[in-house]
Amino acid sequence: MNVGFATVYWRDMLRFFRFKTLLVSSLVQPALWMAFFGVAMSSNFDRLSARFTPGAGIEQIGYLTFMGAGVIAMTTLFTSLFGGVVILFDKNWGLMREIFASPLPRTHIVLGIGLSGVTKAWIQSIIIMVFGLILGVRFFSGYTGVETAIAVLGILAFVGTFALGFLFLSATIAVSMESPEGLQGIITLLTLPIFFTSNALYPTTAFPPFLQALAVANPLTHLINGIRYFAIGSSFSAIGIEFVYTPQIILASYLVLLGFCVGMFLLSRWAFNRAVVT
Amino acid sequence: MTGQDLSLTLLPQETHMGDAIIEVRNLSHAYGDVLAVDTIRFSVDRGEIFAFLGPNGAGKSTVINVLITLLAIQAGEVRIAGHDVRTAPDMVRRSIGIVFQEVTLDRDMTVWEILEFHGRLYNLPRQERRRRIDELLGLVELEEKRDARTKELSGGMKRRLEIARGLMTRPQVLFLDEPTIGLDPQTRIRMWEYLREVNRAGTTIFLTTHYMDEADHLSNRISIIDHGRIIVTGTPLALKNGLGEDVMYVETSDTAGTEDVLGSLAYVRDVRQKRNGTVFTVTEDGTRVLPAIMDAIRSRGIAVTAVNLKKPSMDDVFVHYTGRDLRDEGAQKWGAGRGRSR
Repeated sequence: MNVGFATVYWRDMLRFFRFKTLLVSSLVQPALWMAFFGVAMSSNFDRLSARFTPGAGIEQIGYLTFMGAGVIAMTTLFTSLFGGVVILFDKNWGLMREIFASPLPRTHIVLGIGLSGVTKAWIQSIIIMVFGLILGVRFFSGYTGVETAIAVLGILAFVGTFALGFLFLSATIAVSMESPEGLQGIITLLTLPIFFTSNALYPTTAFPPFLQALAVANPLTHLINGIRYFAIGSSFSAIGIEFVYTPQIILASYLVLLGFCVGMFLLSRWAFNRAVVT
Repeated sequence: MTGQDLSLTLLPQETHMGDAIIEVRNLSHAYGDVLAVDTIRFSVDRGEIFAFLGPNGAGKSTVINVLITLLAIQAGEVRIAGHDVRTAPDMVRRSIGIVFQEVTLDRDMTVWEILEFHGRLYNLPRQERRRRIDELLGLVELEEKRDARTKELSGGMKRRLEIARGLMTRPQVLFLDEPTIGLDPQTRIRMWEYLREVNRAGTTIFLTTHYMDEADHLSNRISIIDHGRIIVTGTPLALKNGLGEDVMYVETSDTAGTEDVLGSLAYVRDVRQKRNGTVFTVTEDGTRVLPAIMDAIRSRGIAVTAVNLKKPSMDDVFVHYTGRDLRDEGAQKWGAGRGRSR
C-alpha cells in the first residue's frame, strides 16, 4: 500500500508544532471565544430564557452549553478552511514542484494535508471541551465514563469528517489560486454565510424560509447537530426552544457530512490532477 | 579535487556510441500562440555533462520542465532512461533527480528533514534513506549543518543541499536548471567541482545555463539554444575551433619579413603590426596550422622569439551563431528583477 500521504502529513505536523506562535494562537483562540463571547452572551440569554419553562422531563441547558458545540464547530470550520493555505505557499515558493515532480500520486497531497488538518481540529476540539467544562459548559452531564468516551468519539467522528471535507475544499481553492490575498478573500467570503446560516449561536427554527433552506443544506448545521446530540443529549431545551434529536436525524446529518466530504475529495482530485506547477 | 581532475573532465568526448539516456525528437511546446520550443531534437549519452546554453526566454526551462514531467508534452517524443514521458511519467520520475532554478527548500525545515522528506516522497526504505542522507551530507560537506534550518544556510550551502536532495534517489540523470544563478564566483567554481564529482560517480548531468563559462568549463557537450531552437551542438572545444577564427601573435627578429611571409599564406587574415610583434587571424584551426606558420617564417631565416595563440571564447561562439551578445541580454533581463525564465 502506498502511504505517500503519511509523508505529507509528517511534514505538515512538523510545521504545526514548529511554529510556536501559530500553535499557541490556534489553541488559545477558541478558548477566548468561549471565555468572552460565550460568557457575555450566556449572561444575557440565560436571563431571557429564564422566563420560559420547558416541558415536563425536558432538561433546560444554559446558553454557554448551547454555544459550546457552536464554538467547536466554528473553530473546526475556520481551521479547516485555512488548512489548505500551505498548498498555496508551497506552490508560490516553488516547494510544490518537488512534490509534483515526484512519483507521489497527487491525491496523496490532499489526503496528507486533510489528515493533518483533522489532527489539528481534533486537538482543538478536545481543548475547547476541556476548557468549556472548566468555564461551566455542562457537556456529558450525568454520563458514565463509558458513555462519555463514546460521546467524545462520536464528536470526533463528526468533527473529523466535516474537517476533511472543508480541507479538501480549501486545498482545491488553494491549488487553483495565484495569490494569498485572493485566497483569503474567498475563504472569508465562504466562512461568513456558512457560520451565520448555521445553528452555531442560535436556533434556525425562527429563520425565514430561504435562510432555513440554507441552514439545512449547510454542513456546519449537521456538524453541530452531531456535537449537541453526543455532548448534551437527544432532547433538551435552550433559549426557550426544544431540541429533539433522534438517532435517525443524527445518522442523516452524518451522511450529509460524509457525502460532502466525498464530493470535496473528488473535486480536489480533479483540481490537483489538472494543476500545472512550473 | 585537484587540477588534474579538472583537466580530465575538460577533455572532449567525441565518441558517440549511441547509448543515449535522454532522447528528444521533434519536441515543440507552445504557451497559447507563443511557440516557446520549436521542433527540437537532441540526445544525451550516459555519463555526459550536457548543457543547454541560451539567453533567458530561449526556451531552456520549458524543455527541462517537459523532460522532468512537470509540463505535459505537447508535440514530439521524449525518452528518459528508456521511459517515455508521455506513457510512463512515473518511471521517468524514478530515474531522475532535479535541482530547480529557484531555491525550493522549506525555510523552516532542517537539512536532515529536507532529505528525509524527499526520501519518503520516493518511498525509499527507512534504513536506505538514513544511509544515503549520511552519505550525501558527507559529499556536499553539510554534516555539521544537519540540524540547522535551511533559512540559516548560505546560498552555496542551499544549492549543495538541493544537489544532495536531487541525488537521494540515486538518479541516472540529474537535471539542473541554472545551477549557479545568484552565487558568488568562488561558490560557483566549488559547485562545478561537486557536479564533476557527481558525474564521475556515474550520474549523467543535464543542465541549462545562460553563463558562457559554465557551459564551457563544466560540460562535455553544449547545445546553443535561441528562440526555441537548437542552433548548434558540440563539445566546447569543437564549437570554438569550428569558428576558425583563432587569433595569433608572434614576435620575430624581422617584423617586415614576417608580414611578407604571412601575406603569402592563404589561411591568414587581418595582419596588423603591434609595437613588438604581429597580430593576425587564421581561418583554420590554429593549433593545426601553427607549426606550418613557424616553419614558413623560419625558412626565411627569421627567428621567432615569442608566440601566442588565442582560441575564440564561448562568447565569440555565441555571437557567431546567434548574431547577438548573450551577456547584454542576460544583464538586461536579470537587472529587471528575479523573473522566472521559461
